[in-house]
Amino acid sequence: MSFLTINNLWKSYGDVQVLERINLSVEQGEFVSMVGASGCGKSTFLNMLLGKEQATRGQILLEGNMLKQEPDEERGIVFQRYSVFPHLNVLQNVMIADEFTEAKILGWVLGSKRKLIKEKALAFIDAVGLTPALKKYPHELSGGMQQRLAIAQALMKAPKILLLDEPFGALDPGIRADMHQLIRDIWKKNKLTIFMVTHDIKEGFELGSRLWVFDKVRHDPHAPNMYGARVTYDLALNTGGQSADINNIVAEINQHEKNK
Amino acid sequence: MKRLMNIEPSPVVKVFLTMLPFVIAVVVYWLASEARLSENPNDKLLPSFTQIAAAVERYAFVENKRTGEYLFWQDSAASLWRIGLGIGISACVGLVVGMLNGLLPMVRAGLSPFITILSLIPPMAILPILFITFGLDELAKVMLIIIGTAPVIMRDMQSQVTQLPREQLIKAQTLGASTWLVAIRVVLPQILPRLLASVRLTLGAAWLFLIAAEAIAAQEGLGYRIFLVRRYMSMDVILPYVIWITSLAFAMDFSLKKLSMLCFPWFHQGEAK
Ligand SMILES: Nc1ncnc2c1ncn2[C@@H]1O[C@H](COP(=O)(O)OP(=O)(O)OP(=O)(O)O)[C@@H](O)[C@H]1O
Ligand SMILES: [Mg+2]
Repeated sequence: MSFLTINNLWKSYGDVQVLERINLSVEQGEFVSMVGASGCGKSTFLNMLLGKEQATRGQILLEGNMLKQEPDEERGIVFQRYSVFPHLNVLQNVMIADEFTEAKILGWVLGSKRKLIKEKALAFIDAVGLTPALKKYPHELSGGMQQRLAIAQALMKAPKILLLDEPFGALDPGIRADMHQLIRDIWKKNKLTIFMVTHDIKEGFELGSRLWVFDKVRHDPHAPNMYGARVTYDLALNTGGQSADINNIVAEINQHEKNK
Repeated sequence: MKRLMNIEPSPVVKVFLTMLPFVIAVVVYWLASEARLSENPNDKLLPSFTQIAAAVERYAFVENKRTGEYLFWQDSAASLWRIGLGIGISACVGLVVGMLNGLLPMVRAGLSPFITILSLIPPMAILPILFITFGLDELAKVMLIIIGTAPVIMRDMQSQVTQLPREQLIKAQTLGASTWLVAIRVVLPQILPRLLASVRLTLGAAWLFLIAAEAIAAQEGLGYRIFLVRRYMSMDVILPYVIWITSLAFAMDFSLKKLSMLCFPWFHQGEAK
């Protein structure tokens, strides 16, 4: 049995059919990049994995069990923006992850327990390269640093799945390259299963071990909301990317887009 | 030549421009008062600065022969106690109810429409009811301030909580936080500076309700005194009292602002100076 199984998943908002007939399975340790036109339902799909949205039909199984219907520690998330706490500095932002579970009533941990949490937090902050900014607040950090912080927070919980919704969309190209290196290292070291939505198809190829393309198969020009998107391409990639046929595949996908 | 909207005053000019309206107001008053008093030395409408100073002396620095107290300070203490208590209770209730409403859909469904209606009742219209139920003493006056300001703060806090980015609340849940911990570690600290801002905005209304209540039924208080001496047309007392009330209101507003900047520096980043 697979790590994550998606059985005949459908999702609609009222009359708008967003996703239909999605059947996929993912093994532990895969890095799935997801691309597709804007508004085709990538975030919706990610939100269902997260537990924020529920499927209209079908189900998602994690290690054979139904996914919890609300966000929990098994699934970490990094959004494009706003996923760090503006009232806490870098260290506090990361430490709060364990304070949430260690201090169920007071929300604060003291003494030797606190020392342990701090050590753990410092290790993850170091892993994402934020040690020099330990005492800084999010508004004093650049966009890239804020995303690093959000990743460090998520890593504290050692989630089974890490979900990334256009995590590098707001960053400029140089910083993006650094972030790619970082996320690849973290993926390999922590043996994470990652789902990443991206608008940058190159980025998807470079990082992922697998690439999904979301697209509508059926079209009714008179009722554009009638049919939802499916995963039309499911490609296994050479880990590490950079293979010569990337360009061919990109060309093929672009061609496919144009033909519609 | 720059556009008008891009021309900033230098620090010296800025101080000058700040002082100017105050100086003009004082000078205009002085001229008008001089003119009236030279026509009729017994005129009460625009007392001279010496007359005002004498009245302040009488009220603030000479003890009352009957009671041995200083009226001015007694009035100030009474009013400050009422407004402090009223706005303090309003802030606490507003914070708790606003957070519950903003965070818990079940509570919101039950309470939010009710509070919206409640906040539309004109507080002054139910002042008689307050006097009837709570009597003519302290409680009724404090209640008027609470009824006048708490619903506004509740609604403001609710909207501030719902305006926090959803992403943050979801992130906290993926880090293992319960509803309670989201409330005290994520929502509360971010909502406190907004509570201070909300209190600052409702202070004006609080003073209005306080003075109205004191004018109708009280034995002491700044509002009571003003309405009492009105019978004798004692402008020399009313004017310093009004200036004093304004100064108190300003001091409260200013200290709340400074407190907020001191305690929540992250909140005030990027604010226009
Ligand atoms: N809460 C909601 N209620 C109603 N419709 C929604 C809701 N959330 C998303 N939708 C609709 O579902 C569709 C898919 O939205 P989604 O955000 O998943 O797209 P996306 O692929 O992530 O797009 P983008 O690349 O621009 O982020 C859109 O047509 C959107 O209008
Ligand atoms: Mg999206």
